[in-house]
Amino acid sequence: MAERERRQTPPFGGVFVSHARIMTADDMGRAVRRMAHEVIERNHGLSELVVIGLQTGGVPVSERLVETLEEIEGIRPPLGTLDVALHRDDIGIRPVVPEAATELPTDLDSRIVVLVDDVLFTGRTIRAALDAICDFGRPRSIQLAVMVDRGHRELPIRPDFVGKNLPTRRDEVVDVHITGVDLGVMEK
Amino acid sequence: MSRSDLEEILDLTDTFAEIGRRPIPKVPALRGRTVATAFFENSTRTRMSFETAARRLSADTVAFSAGSSSLSKGESLRDTVEVVASYGADLLVVRHAMAGTAHRVADWTDLSVVNAGDGCHEHPTQALLDCYTLREQRGSLDGMRIAIVGDIRHSRVARSNILAFTALGAEVVLVAPATLLPPAIDGWPVTVFHELDLLLADLDAVYLLRMQQERITEGLIPSLREYANDFGLSTDRVARMRSDALVLHPGPTNRGVEISAEAAADPRSVILDQVVNGVSVRMAVLFQLLGSGQQLVAADIEPVGDDARPEGVDR
Amino acid sequence: MSVVLRGGRIIDRDGERTLDVEVGDDGRIAAVGTGLSGDADLDASGCVISPGFVDLHAHLREPGQEEAETIETGARGGSLGGYTALVAMPNTDPTTDCVAVVEQVRTLGRRSTCEIIPSAAMTVDRRGTDMAPMGELVDAGVGIFTDDGTGLQDPRLMRRVMEYSTGLTGRLGRPVVLAQHCEVTALSTGGFMHEGEWSSRLGIPGQPAESEELMVMRDIALVHLTGAHTHFQHLSTAASVAMVRGAKAAGLPVTAEATTHHLTLTDAACASYDPVFKVHPPLRTDTDVQAIRDGLADGTIDAIATDHAPHAPHAKELPFDQAPPGMLGLETAFALTLDESGLDLPEVLALLSWKPAAIAGVADRHGAPILPGNPANLCVVDPDEVWTVSGAAMASRSCNTPYEGRSLRGRVRHTLRAGEPVVVDGEVCR
Repeated sequence: MAERERRQTPPFGGVFVSHARIMTADDMGRAVRRMAHEVIERNHGLSELVVIGLQTGGVPVSERLVETLEEIEGIRPPLGTLDVALHRDDIGIRPVVPEAATELPTDLDSRIVVLVDDVLFTGRTIRAALDAICDFGRPRSIQLAVMVDRGHRELPIRPDFVGKNLPTRRDEVVDVHITGVDLGVMEK
Repeated sequence: MSRSDLEEILDLTDTFAEIGRRPIPKVPALRGRTVATAFFENSTRTRMSFETAARRLSADTVAFSAGSSSLSKGESLRDTVEVVASYGADLLVVRHAMAGTAHRVADWTDLSVVNAGDGCHEHPTQALLDCYTLREQRGSLDGMRIAIVGDIRHSRVARSNILAFTALGAEVVLVAPATLLPPAIDGWPVTVFHELDLLLADLDAVYLLRMQQERITEGLIPSLREYANDFGLSTDRVARMRSDALVLHPGPTNRGVEISAEAAADPRSVILDQVVNGVSVRMAVLFQLLGSGQQLVAADIEPVGDDARPEGVDR
Repeated sequence: MSVVLRGGRIIDRDGERTLDVEVGDDGRIAAVGTGLSGDADLDASGCVISPGFVDLHAHLREPGQEEAETIETGARGGSLGGYTALVAMPNTDPTTDCVAVVEQVRTLGRRSTCEIIPSAAMTVDRRGTDMAPMGELVDAGVGIFTDDGTGLQDPRLMRRVMEYSTGLTGRLGRPVVLAQHCEVTALSTGGFMHEGEWSSRLGIPGQPAESEELMVMRDIALVHLTGAHTHFQHLSTAASVAMVRGAKAAGLPVTAEATTHHLTLTDAACASYDPVFKVHPPLRTDTDVQAIRDGLADGTIDAIATDHAPHAPHAKELPFDQAPPGMLGLETAFALTLDESGLDLPEVLALLSWKPAAIAGVADRHGAPILPGNPANLCVVDPDEVWTVSGAAMASRSCNTPYEGRSLRGRVRHTLRAGEPVVVDGEVCR
């Protein structure tokens, strides 16, 4: 999410300048592990679970989550990716470039879908994702896991599993990458 | 269009091809937008392809066709275009029997204009879907040797494909009777042959063009039989092609003239893939013009005109 | 009321001199000299005073297509372009192929700002099947016959028309001129621009140069056979120019014209797909343009003509194949010839004035030397004024100029038709 958010928020482009390291790689590992336990606990195991990472920022987080789930339970739940660019509500307003693959591994009917994204902000991406998933089938439930919830929701959407709650200003940017999570701003 | 322009659309097409494989092959990307198809020349296939593409993107479609028009009542083309545009269209898809008409239409309107074939000039979305089909089969057009066979002279498909194939790194050979070649093609990036049999074994792909009955009354070829004998992809000829070679045709095919029924049904024929990919490519073009929010282009493969203004510029 | 053209330099077929010109109220030149005085002055300083221009080839569209042009508006455009006489083409509706239509054109012409010289069709309704009543038309004063818009296809009928015309010399008092639009339609039909590299690239079906050249070749042979004076209209190809050069060298009675568009534009202009560049014969290649310029320079081509062909805007808002061919020319001819022919000013004026006047049979009153007693059909041109072409600003009812927005050097300042100043300071006076 942060990747796309950065490209799409006017003024387009610019350079991300970090002001603070919010989470280290180790912090993130611990957060994923905790979220994995919560997912297992909430769903009484992994038997009907499908994990879907949102392109592009949610994909690496979803991969770590699935690896961790496998470590804990010894079962690897199916993992998919979803690009919601074409379901967004700001098409034609801001540059939207579908750039990444959508690959859903399995029939979603009656499954429990865990959507994974890196940053939860306005909630509009998740709205688009819910819309897109409904075109693929009728899951029994959809749950949401995010590495960072930074607030400023514009839609009635809440995460089920959160790595870190992070109060932010609207003009700040949260950057999630392999080595950690940074809070900063975009500079031209 | 440069290689990178072409590749950008082809890359984008992957996304839309995936949508076509979904249980509900539709996204709300262009909801509330209207795509008008202005077909001054009949082409059921191309129109269906564009309309399917538009609907898969949730755009509304308005159709204008010459048969139902007032063109015969003396209205100028410009009047007609202004009327079509006034139905709230955001984009015009223009098909016309005369070269350059989409260019002219783009001069008269601020809307995006997509050339769906203009006379003997270009058919850019056909070239894009052909490139996509070849790339899908082979990964890349680089180094491919592709023969375009038939009525090059009157073919917008051939003109667009010569430019697109070569831009993507393929070698293009034209195979046609001398009367069916354009009058002056010096400087075109092609080599010309008049005998198909000499080439068959060395080709990566054969692209067959439609042969029409009226070429006989125009004195361009003696008979369809002679044409089929010399230039048709017969069962015998397809057998002499390489095992990994591909057979393409823009449709609709004249079985027994430019292609035999067996050749069309051969596993190396990708004619139906072309049709499927046509929708995906056209989704990509419509989305690029209407949905990307960028100043993007669905141009002729070769922009012409005094300022070389591409004809689908989103202005 | 007498008018003095003051401060200019005279150029006519007798040469060049710096003198003022007094035009009397009888429509004739009263005096040429210095220290002249008249009722009014027209400033000609920095300008050249020339005999008025004569266009051998103007489509004035009346009767029949008054929406595109009338004789009045066409003549106003002519006056603005320095013309005092226009040969009106007969492809009107009805066709100018009988005395009645000739008289109508002439009557409308008398009220206009130019002398309108009606030409008549060689064949009835320009259909190319039956000879028009050439004798009656000659008796009505017609000296130029043409089926312009198409060429006369049938070689047998063309031969007969040529032979018949030679018998009319006595009735006209000079040889009848047969003006041919050279185009073998069997080769050109279905083509809308020059056939070549550009047509191949643009996908617009072309007309080969040979469709013109075959008819030039045929008519030269027929002139050899019959001795009829044949005038080749709007030559457009290098081979046509070469054949006419050869025919002249052989002493045949042939003359030729070239249009300003064929000496300034090429088929590359069609890349805009704008039918404003569609014309018959079509715009050709650079080689052909150069051959036209060479033909003008060595006298093979006798005159610049405009082939002024107005079309209402909606008629050009059509696909390239459906739009009618033709472009405006009267108001831009002088500047284009001066800027682009490579010829110096006296040669340019010869090609626009006295040489075409001789072909049109009006040398007694147009293109005549600027001497006392001669009819005052004059124009005053400023060879240095730079102006911008605008179709909307033209006097024509149409605006299909292919030079829209182009900056040209050389402009007509005043035009006098039979002594009356019809254009003063670049504005039509009535």
